[in-house]
Amino acid sequence: MNADLVIILTAILVSTASALVGSFLVLRRMALLSDAISHAVLPGIVLAYWLSGGERATLPALLGAAAAGLATVVLVEWLTRTGRVKNDAAIGIVFPALFSLGVLAVSLFFRNVHLDMDAVLYGEIAYAPFNTLSLWGQEVPESWLVMGSLTLLNLLFVLLFYKELKLATFDPGLAAALGFAPGALYYGLMTLVSFTSVGAFQSVGAILIVAFLIIPPATAYLLTQRLPVMLALAVGVGVVSSLAGYALAIWLDASIAGMMATVAGLCFALAFLFSPVEGYLTTRLRRERQRLEVAARLLVAHLAHHSQPVPEQEVLEEFGWNPRFLGQVREKALQAGWLEVVREGLRPTARGLAMSSAQLELGS
Amino acid sequence: MSDLLLIFTDYTLRNVALGSAMLGVVGGVLGAFAVLRRQSLLGDVLAHAALPGICLAFILTGAKAPLILLVGGGLAGWLAAWLVLAVLRHSRLPEDSALGVMLSGFFGFGVALLTFIQHSNNASQAGLDQYIFGQAATIVASDVLNFTVLGGLALLTVGLFYKEFKLLAFDPAYAHSLGLPVRGLNTLLTSLTVLAVMVGLQTVGVVLMAAMLIAPAAAARQWTDRLEAMIGLSALFGAMAGVSGALISATRENLPTGPLVVLSMSAILLVSLFFAPLRGLVWDWARTRQHRRRVRLERLLLDAHVLHTHGTLTPQALAERRREPVAVALRNLEALRSLGWAQEHPQGFILTPTGEQKAHELEQAMRVLPQRVEGSS
Repeated sequence: MNADLVIILTAILVSTASALVGSFLVLRRMALLSDAISHAVLPGIVLAYWLSGGERATLPALLGAAAAGLATVVLVEWLTRTGRVKNDAAIGIVFPALFSLGVLAVSLFFRNVHLDMDAVLYGEIAYAPFNTLSLWGQEVPESWLVMGSLTLLNLLFVLLFYKELKLATFDPGLAAALGFAPGALYYGLMTLVSFTSVGAFQSVGAILIVAFLIIPPATAYLLTQRLPVMLALAVGVGVVSSLAGYALAIWLDASIAGMMATVAGLCFALAFLFSPVEGYLTTRLRRERQRLEVAARLLVAHLAHHSQPVPEQEVLEEFGWNPRFLGQVREKALQAGWLEVVREGLRPTARGLAMSSAQLELGS
Repeated sequence: MSDLLLIFTDYTLRNVALGSAMLGVVGGVLGAFAVLRRQSLLGDVLAHAALPGICLAFILTGAKAPLILLVGGGLAGWLAAWLVLAVLRHSRLPEDSALGVMLSGFFGFGVALLTFIQHSNNASQAGLDQYIFGQAATIVASDVLNFTVLGGLALLTVGLFYKEFKLLAFDPAYAHSLGLPVRGLNTLLTSLTVLAVMVGLQTVGVVLMAAMLIAPAAAARQWTDRLEAMIGLSALFGAMAGVSGALISATRENLPTGPLVVLSMSAILLVSLFFAPLRGLVWDWARTRQHRRRVRLERLLLDAHVLHTHGTLTPQALAERRREPVAVALRNLEALRSLGWAQEHPQGFILTPTGEQKAHELEQAMRVLPQRVEGSS
């Protein structure tokens, strides 16, 4: 089978599965809990690896790591509830401790075996084509099977509980009052985040999975205010990052997962700057346009009070503008057809006069 | 024990211990402010974001001088922190997502750069990945000097602006109303945290550095309610964890230091959480237990008193009244007897004068209680 295809499809599955659950993490302000879960997955995997006698078995690893992920959630909540530590500090305490245990166990007992530190950090998606399983007489990459099932599971979860998830995300109080068991939904979501982290662990490693869980949904969040659109956009950003990241990684001979995370980061930067909803540059541009428009209206209203054309010098003194700004404002007003330039200065057109009196009526 | 004495004689171990102690102190002091200001995880972002900076510094200068790499890492961390603030100011993205995006985006870029360097067959790259989990054994005298300069700079600044930082930590709104440049002070404190991260990169590495900012402060918080004491303890705990973790890792080859330092720190934190005077969880549990036991006994005595006044204080009657098995009722009566509140009697049990007195007092207290509540309302 084509190695490129195996890797690319694996990456697409990882990013799709992550984007689906990650969107709810971003919306529920639990993005950093996923950071903690993905780190804590490591000791779970090591434990399962050790219990299964050094065989790299997928199912025990999945279960062990999911248990570790849930243990993190429970520990963080318990620490927070004791009132001794704030929630963010609790996250920052629990995951380094668990991750340290995992790293230590790997360096002490499994050095140079299947699990090594590189794999922990950035996964081994490049090896995906070599791990195949025989299924109905067909050689199928293991990663397709694992990530395919997880993607399906996440998709089913989101589709089946869409209404409940939406309600519990945007109005937890109402969800609880209506008897939707937000607690069960919360732990269900956390379980899937753990599963996804483990499944993706082999492909992209413990830390970079956070990039797949958070960056595409955060990017989508900047682009829309509707949940279905956000889910679709998050998946889209994930897929684009996977494709572009893979191409870049091959070109530069760098880590595939690292490059995918980098491209996702760039997508986020683009969305932040240019999002039509509230992009930084979009907003500035719009404000600039509005400023000119208001100034142009002001100028025409001022001119409307004069029976004679007003020289530009007088306008400058009246409004305290600099000549450059006046030039921009004049341009704007000319475009709108509110103004004409005559030899003595500026004079409103009939359209400008109509606009100005309409504006006055609106104001009164 | 002989290992411990080696700190004073062995050149390598001495450097390792000094470097890690410096990290502990600086991380502890700045972490105290970060935790109090609920910015614990900004340190995590700063540390993770240092990785691409380290790699870029290496690619651009081709040098492996630690100071250059540390400065590169620091600049990248600072940039990430600035970007987090920019995103928060100019979009409606929640804070945790902004932190997560910068953390994983920068780290992903760092991983890409790291592998790019590794694959470009640059012979001198070996050792760049020590900055991920730290490798204390590589700390030499010149590094200790760097740490001292960086850390000293950070500590000196904290000393100079102590009053302002204290106000910022507890009441930023008041600080603002006094006309203090709150935004500037925030930036300064974040920049100092960057210095702390730079001190820690070689010892604990980028991934686990957050723990050295958060855990010492969280542990110190359990022991005291005063900022001065908290900062002092935090520095002490950090130094203890740094030194013990680094020394354990230096005894064996290929043992990354970061995890050991973090685990030492976690142990100190656990002890603090459970056993710190006043705030310790164990004392809490003991108090709750004692209280429950007292309430249980008092209710038992009241039940027994009712039966006693009817002259039928038998295990059967008590069992019926309290809806419990006769065996349990018998055990309860035994408990009352061992307290000297009940004694055996031909028809079963009776209360002793002490027991009656006590029951009377309890009934009085219960009768008084509602009146008191009404009176106070």
